This record gives sequence, C-alpha cells and structure tokens, in this order.
Amino acid sequence: MKTITKLWASAAICGAMLTGMAQADPHPTAELIIEGELHLATRAEPPEHLGGALPEIYSGWLFRTDETRELQMDDFDNPGILFTERGLDRWEMADGATEQSCADCHGDVESMAGVRAVMPKVNEDGELWALQNYINNCRTERMEADAWGWRSEPMKDMTSLISLQSRGMPVAVHMDGDHAPFWEQGREMYYTRFGQLELSCANCHEDNWGRMIRADHLSQGMSNGFPTYRLKNASIVPLHQRFLGCIRDTRGETFAEGSPEFIALELYVASRGLGLPIEGVSVRQ
Amino acid sequence: MTRRSLTAACTVSAVLWASAASAEIAPADVVWEDEIAIPASLSGAPGDPDAGRIALSSRSVGNCLSCHVNSDMPEHDFHGDVAPPLDGTGARWSEAELRGIVANAKRAFPGSMMPVFYNDNPADYIRPGNAYTGRAYDPETFSTLLSAQEIEDIVAYLVTLTEW
Ligand code: HEC
Ligand code: HEC
Repeated sequence: MKTITKLWASAAICGAMLTGMAQADPHPTAELIIEGELHLATRAEPPEHLGGALPEIYSGWLFRTDETRELQMDDFDNPGILFTERGLDRWEMADGATEQSCADCHGDVESMAGVRAVMPKVNEDGELWALQNYINNCRTERMEADAWGWRSEPMKDMTSLISLQSRGMPVAVHMDGDHAPFWEQGREMYYTRFGQLELSCANCHEDNWGRMIRADHLSQGMSNGFPTYRLKNASIVPLHQRFLGCIRDTRGETFAEGSPEFIALELYVASRGLGLPIEGVSVRQ
Repeated sequence: MTRRSLTAACTVSAVLWASAASAEIAPADVVWEDEIAIPASLSGAPGDPDAGRIALSSRSVGNCLSCHVNSDMPEHDFHGDVAPPLDGTGARWSEAELRGIVANAKRAFPGSMMPVFYNDNPADYIRPGNAYTGRAYDPETFSTLLSAQEIEDIVAYLVTLTEW
C-alpha cells in the first residue's frame, strides 16, 4: 500500500516532466526541401502493423538540430553527396576478370530507381538479401571481381549512389509471403531486451522517442535516411553499423554487419517506416 | 571542487579497502524484504554520500543521469528524461527501498527500463557483452554494473535528496 502511494508520487512527477518537455519533441513544423525543389515528407501515417504503437511516424531528420537539418537541404553542403559522386565513377569503371562495369550491364544509374526502396528483398534462392549482397553478387558472379567489405569505401560509395536514385520514393519493403518469416525474426529482435542493460530497440525508439538519453535526442529509429552521413564519424554510416552501435550500447554482444540477423532486423525496421520517403543520403549528427 | 573529489576518491578507496575484510553480500545472497527492499548494507560498511554523488553522475560508473534529471547537480549538462527526476527520492523511499531499487529496480517496477545494477549472473541476460566492446562476455570478468560499496555510496547520497 505504502509502495503504491509512492509509485503514484513518482508518476505525478513523471507527468509534470512530460508537459515541460516540448523542446525535446520532433520539430513541429520543419519541412525537408532539397535544393528548394524536392519535397521529402518527414511525417506519415503509421503502418497498420504497428497497431497504434506510434501515433505518427517521423524521419530522424526532425529530431536533429537546425544546423544538421540544414545540411541535408542542400546537396552542396551534404557531405554524403561526395560519396555518390565517387560512386558514379565506380559505376562506370570496368573491374574484375570480365572487365565489365556496372554500366555495361545496367546502363544509366537511373535504372536503379526504386531498388533501395524495396531493400532488403528475398532473392531467387529464398534468402533475404540487403543491397550490399546484391552489389557483391554482381561483383563476384558477373564481374569476377572481389567482394567489397560491408564498411569499405567502395561499398559506401555504391550504396549511397544507388540509394540516391530512390530519393523521394516511399519505403516499399515486402512483409508477406517469402518475406514473412524474416520479418517475424526481425520483429522478435526489435522487442528483445539485449545485453546487461536489458534494453530493446523498442525501449528507446518506441517507448521513449522524443526524450533525451543524456545528450542524445531519441528518434523513432527509422531507417529511410540510410546510408546516412554521420557528422560524428565524418563518414557514411551503413545501417548495420548503426544497429551494431545500438546493441553495443546495451552492453550486449552484437551481431555481425551483414549477418542474416541484421538483414532480418533491417527488413522489420524498414517496415516500421513504410510511407516515409527514402532520403539517402541523409545527414545526422 | 577538485580537492573535494580527491578527498571523496580517497574515502572510496579507504572504504573499499576496509570492506574487503567485512561481510560483502554476493548478489545471489541478497535478502529481500517486502519484495523490493534490502535492509542490510551490501558491502557490510556504511555508504559515503560524497562518493555516491560522484558515482551517480559519472558516466563510467552509475551514469544515472543518462535517464534521470537531478536538480541537485546543475554542474552536469545533459540530464536524460526517460525516467522520473531523482528529486525527492530520499523523502519518498526508505534507505532499504532505495538500496533495493538501485540493486534491482525491476522488483519495485516490473518491466522497468532501469538496468539491474547488482547481478553478476550472465545467464540472466540475452547476449550479455564484454562491457561496451560489442563482444561476447568474458566469464572471468563479468560482474555487477556497480560494486556493493558503490551502491551503498549512491544510496547514502540518494537519502539526502529530500526536497522536490
Ligand atoms: C539505449 C538506447 C537505444 C537502444 C536500446 C537502441 N537505440 Fe537506436 N539509437 C539510439 C540513439 C541515442 C540514437 C541516435 C539518435 C536517434 O536518431 O535516435 C539511435 C539511432 C538509431 C537509428 C538512426 C536513426 C536516424 O534517423 O538516423 C536507427 C535506425 C536505430 N537507432 C535503430 C535501433 C535498433 C534497430 C535498435 C535495436 C537493435 C536500437 N536502435 C536500439 C539509442 C538506442
Ligand atoms: C536506462 C534508464 C535508467 C537508468 C540508467 C537508471 N534509471 Fe532509475 N529509473 C528508471 C525508470 C524508468 C524509473 C521509474 C520506474 C519505472 O517506471 O520503471 C526509475 C526509477 C528510479 C528511482 C525511483 C524514483 C522515484 O522517485 O520513485 C530511483 C531512486 C532511481 N531510479 C535511481 C537510479 C540510480 C541511482 C541510477 C544509477 C545508479 C539509476 N536510477 C539509473 C530508469 C533508469
């Protein structure tokens, strides 16, 4: 009984705290317009499968400072664009034993429009593959060249370039059929409380988005901005690197970048953002 | 300030030294009262509120400010707000209850986001890591998030937070 009264007391404080927290919420009115032309929605109706867990879905862009947000509104200021430019050189560069370039088979890079929006996607063999897997498959099977590492510079360049072709197209990953078991696996991971701190993705990004965890402003952990240029890393950060960091911060043993587990998580996290446009390459702090 | 922290640091090491000889209660042997409270000192020694103040705010020790606001510590930037403020906890809870909350808050608040600071059993966790390395835990070094004495110090500090 005594305990219950005290719990009420802390609940009351909690309530008071919530009302005074407006500055930590996502920016209420900011609009993401690239180069004064391309309007990217940063708010959308939540997908049905979330069952009301989020009232509205928000791009991580809305949770960043004015300065960081502005960098993404101008391709000249967005340092991620440099990666796409290098990516274009690689697109046209012959490599491997067959001495072919991406362009030799695919033509103009614009043929990649829409590809990023449906990633990760089940391949012909029934495996769930991320964009990186498809890129490496072309390199090893068709070009007879070496596979690129998940975090390597050429992989960052190429994923940035291919993502840019889908900029403005809504996330359109599949959740049904072949994709269903992977989606379920990812969902299960999202709600698992990993590590010695016993924190799940949902603890931070579903239950506490908009709040501060020390100096960090928690977003909804959406993936539509990836690959993202992260100022802190001064480089492109692939989504799996972000996952790795988030699990490491739970004092947990992470999964490897490119692992089947992270690709399944990638599918589920993407499905939470169905309706938000691909921003790649975004800018984050 | 520096001198004060230095003194506090010396006190901590002195207390830790002394407690090695006294009866420390291992996590598995903790005796609970009313499910949520721990009446006896975990280290067998009294806590030092000055050392507790440092342990609570330090990122590498309690890192409590990552989730809690504490108005008694305006000198620290960036208090998190995913948890209720620590203001007044000393008035709302007894010392034994505070010890219970810091040791294992999931007893008082089932399903809480607050980590369990006094449990050294890796089998209770899913993919426990080796601190913040992202690698698998090392059975040789896996330990509680806070030592028995650090918890005593933090509790001694929390009981001083009577205003809110
Ligand atoms: C202890 C809190 C915490 C946990 C647990 C956590 N994250 Fe995060 N996450 C953060 C913080 C802090 C950031 C950086 C600020 C932000 O964008 O929210 C972040 C950022 C992200 C981002 C980048 C969002 C963007 O717009 O750039 C993604 C995606 C993400 N997290 C996914 C996950 C997933 C998936 C999990 C579980 C495997 C997870 N997080 C677990 C704290 C956490
Ligand atoms: C990851 C977040 C997190 C961290 C880190 C954390 N706490 Fe908590 N704490 C909470 C939450 C959330 C509650 C509220 C209970 C609930 O609803 O789960 C809470 C409740 C409490 C309470 C009861 C508050 C009241 O007024 O009723 C005390 C005391 C407390 N925490 C102390 C600490 C101390 C001391 C530390 C560090 C050693 C700490 N917490 C670290 C999340 C956290």
